[in-house]
Amino acid sequence: MATSDIQVAEHALQHHFADMEQQQETSTFGMWMFLVTEIMFFGGLFCAYLVYRASYYQAFVEGSQKMNIWLGATNTAVLICSSLSMALGVRAAQMGKPKLMAVLLLITIVLGCGFLGIKAVEYHEHWVNHEFPGPNFHFETGDPAHPATDPVHTEIYFSLYWAMTGLHALHMVIGVGLVTWIIIAGLGGAYSRAYFTPVENVGLYWHFVDLVWIYLFPLLYLISKKHGG
Amino acid sequence: MKQMQEEHFDPMSHLVPISLYVTIWAALMVFTGITVFAATVELGVFNIVVALLIATIKGTLVVLFFMHLRYSTKLTMVTVVAAIFFLIILFSLSMTDYLTRAWSTSLR
Amino acid sequence: MATAVQTVERENYLNSDYGIKSWLLTTDHKRIALLYLVSITAMFWIGGFFAMLIRLELLTPAGDLVSSDTYNKLFTMHGIIMVFFFLIPSVPATLGNFLIPLMVGAKDLAFPRVNLLSWYIYMVGAITALTAMVMGGVDTGWTFYTPFSTTYSNTHVMGAAIGIFITGFSSILTGLNFIVTIHRMRAPGMTWRRLPLFCWANYAAALIMVLGTPVVAITLLLVALERAFNIGIFNPQLGGDPLLFQHLFWFYSHPAVYIMILPGMGVINEIVTCFSRKRVFGYEFVALASIAIAVLGFLVWAHHMFVAGISVYAALVFSLLSYLVAIPSAVKVFNWTATLYKGSIRYETPMLYAFGFIGLFTVGGLTGVFLASLGVDVHVHDTYFVVAHFHYVMVGGMVMAYMAGLHFWWPKITGRMYPEAWAKLSALLVFVGFNTTFLPLFIVGYMGLPRRYHAYPPEFQVLNVLSTAGASILAVGYVLPMIYFLWSLRYGEPAPPNPWNAVGLEWMTPSPPPTHNFDETPIVTWEAYDYEHQPQEEVTVGH
Ligand code: HEM
Ligand SMILES: [Cu+2]
Repeated sequence: MATSDIQVAEHALQHHFADMEQQQETSTFGMWMFLVTEIMFFGGLFCAYLVYRASYYQAFVEGSQKMNIWLGATNTAVLICSSLSMALGVRAAQMGKPKLMAVLLLITIVLGCGFLGIKAVEYHEHWVNHEFPGPNFHFETGDPAHPATDPVHTEIYFSLYWAMTGLHALHMVIGVGLVTWIIIAGLGGAYSRAYFTPVENVGLYWHFVDLVWIYLFPLLYLISKKHGG
Repeated sequence: MKQMQEEHFDPMSHLVPISLYVTIWAALMVFTGITVFAATVELGVFNIVVALLIATIKGTLVVLFFMHLRYSTKLTMVTVVAAIFFLIILFSLSMTDYLTRAWSTSLR
Repeated sequence: MATAVQTVERENYLNSDYGIKSWLLTTDHKRIALLYLVSITAMFWIGGFFAMLIRLELLTPAGDLVSSDTYNKLFTMHGIIMVFFFLIPSVPATLGNFLIPLMVGAKDLAFPRVNLLSWYIYMVGAITALTAMVMGGVDTGWTFYTPFSTTYSNTHVMGAAIGIFITGFSSILTGLNFIVTIHRMRAPGMTWRRLPLFCWANYAAALIMVLGTPVVAITLLLVALERAFNIGIFNPQLGGDPLLFQHLFWFYSHPAVYIMILPGMGVINEIVTCFSRKRVFGYEFVALASIAIAVLGFLVWAHHMFVAGISVYAALVFSLLSYLVAIPSAVKVFNWTATLYKGSIRYETPMLYAFGFIGLFTVGGLTGVFLASLGVDVHVHDTYFVVAHFHYVMVGGMVMAYMAGLHFWWPKITGRMYPEAWAKLSALLVFVGFNTTFLPLFIVGYMGLPRRYHAYPPEFQVLNVLSTAGASILAVGYVLPMIYFLWSLRYGEPAPPNPWNAVGLEWMTPSPPPTHNFDETPIVTWEAYDYEHQPQEEVTVGH
């Protein structure tokens, strides 16, 4: 290990830890605990989804057919790519290559913003079509032969759709902020081969947000085979 | 504090080869394709089963490799399992009510 | 002149730095504990003030002191403040914060800055909720049941819900910090089997904070969204199911009652064993009972919804599961009594409070089992019987334990002794006052008096007057410690490092402890609570 590495590490060791190993494993464990709370946080919404989907399946099918499956699938792919660049960025940090890390994390940010952009396009479409819960909500299947069977509960579907994807998008925005912070700190020489815990933890967060989407996509977009455009 | 007899601390010990990351990425992309395709096939109740199965495979890959769970301590693994366990409790015990409510109304 | 040298105070966490900034920016767990102590004490008095108004209104059968609307607000704000802003942080955020690093032999919690952040979050949440109350208050009950809270109530539900939402994160962060600290920061030799039971209990409570609190957070967020955008998730008119709110709310709030009792049980363990001079009976069982309570606590929540319209089959399952929780709770009670058996018992103030706890918690727990039986609950649900039940566990249990712990560790925290005679008197007043207040409520409840009304039929007056009288005694019992604790800060006798001759790492460091807790990292070579073998004076570290 180069002496500069050791200096960064000594600088980063907080007084109440015995050594870097204890500090690193402790903060990573702390991050996992935090992700546990995130799981339960989203879990409440998923529970609501489960209850209503089990009770009002048809209404959920009709709602989901308003989803643009191609945009959804594209977004899934975008997020997966961003997870790859994030994983590689953490790897670069592990190897003590801050510039490489910065480039890879920048790609992650671009992909993350791409995701948010596509999401915004979808939101806009739903908004224009009155598919936002509340007094302006109005729902039609778009097929005169099959009028909406249960628009009241389709509104619940949309409530959940907005709440779940909105909360997810909020996490994405926070993620982009965190990654930006890591890039700046990394270029400023904050990390080294001996100390890169913040990079690792932000990586964990990013992958977790990806993970949530991996479930949101099939649950919200792929309920039944007949999807509209 | 951890037992000291463990090997010397080396933060680079979990350096995962790039090829593995790329393989995982490719698998995730392929599974995304499969799940979109599977949704276009009428499988009845199995549509959701397939969709969730694929999502779970994808999620497991992300957690094990991208999030390095595979290389983590037992404690971290237990943490993840515990979270899933309590999530399942939330879902299943809530559903005991919703799935059996219709039975009790027929009693009245 | 040799005496002058001795009076020079040793450097400790209190005198190492001065000024308001050194407190507001501290990352020392001991100082943060004191920040919490001051804040939750303030909340306790505000909540207590509302309680007094409630009791005064109930002095007479007619609703004469306050209108029914005001009364609704009073019990709501009393509940919200006491549950979310006092009881949940009470023992963990003060004693837990102070003691866990000391007990495991660490210099601080794992994440000191997160710890400070949690206090700030708590303050922001508390101020938000208080603002909502000053601006007109809330009237939904501390449970925020929908659709009343989302659609019909025109009080400041939003502000109160957001305040609780925010404070939830402080609880999450405290829990997270405890779990990580207990896993990763233990001193050499401090194995899980040597861990003080106070740490075990707080660990179990922390599990609940981490696993449960996010669920109530998202639930309150949905309530807020529903009020703001009418999204309908809990509104039957829009196709939603109000019972889903109750499921999600109680998924947290039942386990939360164990957040409100487990740390108290931990305090009682330490005190009972110290003042019986005996090792805790069945250490392993007590430790595991804490974990079992935390886990089983997540399986029983719908016992709050038996008559709300859930499926009777689900109710049956939840009723059976609720009985299960009584088992680990009973294990604890039996272990305390077995520890007392043939011990050389000393009746110091903390021990008096601990005795109070054991008796009152047992009454509260057993009536909980009554309530968990489907048939009985149909009769007494939403009566004063329930009110009496949960006050026996929350006030008779947790507040007693909190007082016990404060007295027990006050010398360690402040370096001063409190006046023992006054303290004994206050313990007595609290016990008598408490029982006079709440025992009558079991009776009126069983006779069918529903809770949450500001007027009642005249035949219940005698017992209600008794209850209000008891509440006044109780109030005196709480005011006294306030006074003599403050008094002791200045005039109390300086405390030795180990005034009770107790075992445990926290007693092996000076009172008050130095900033870094121990002069050198302790190495633990003895079993927990080794009262039979450990000659105490010999093991003081670095003093
Ligand atoms: C032996 C374990 C316990 C059992 C089986 C139990 C059972 C119950 C049941 C069935 C109810 C619902 C009564 C009703 O609304 O009809 C209830 C209410 C309540 N319990 Fe317990 N309980 C236990 C311990 C505790 C503890 C330790 C605490 C707090 C420290 C507690 C706090 C509460 C509160 C706050 C309520 C009322 C909530 C409300 O409606 O406002 N319980 N309990
Ligand atoms: Cu309960």
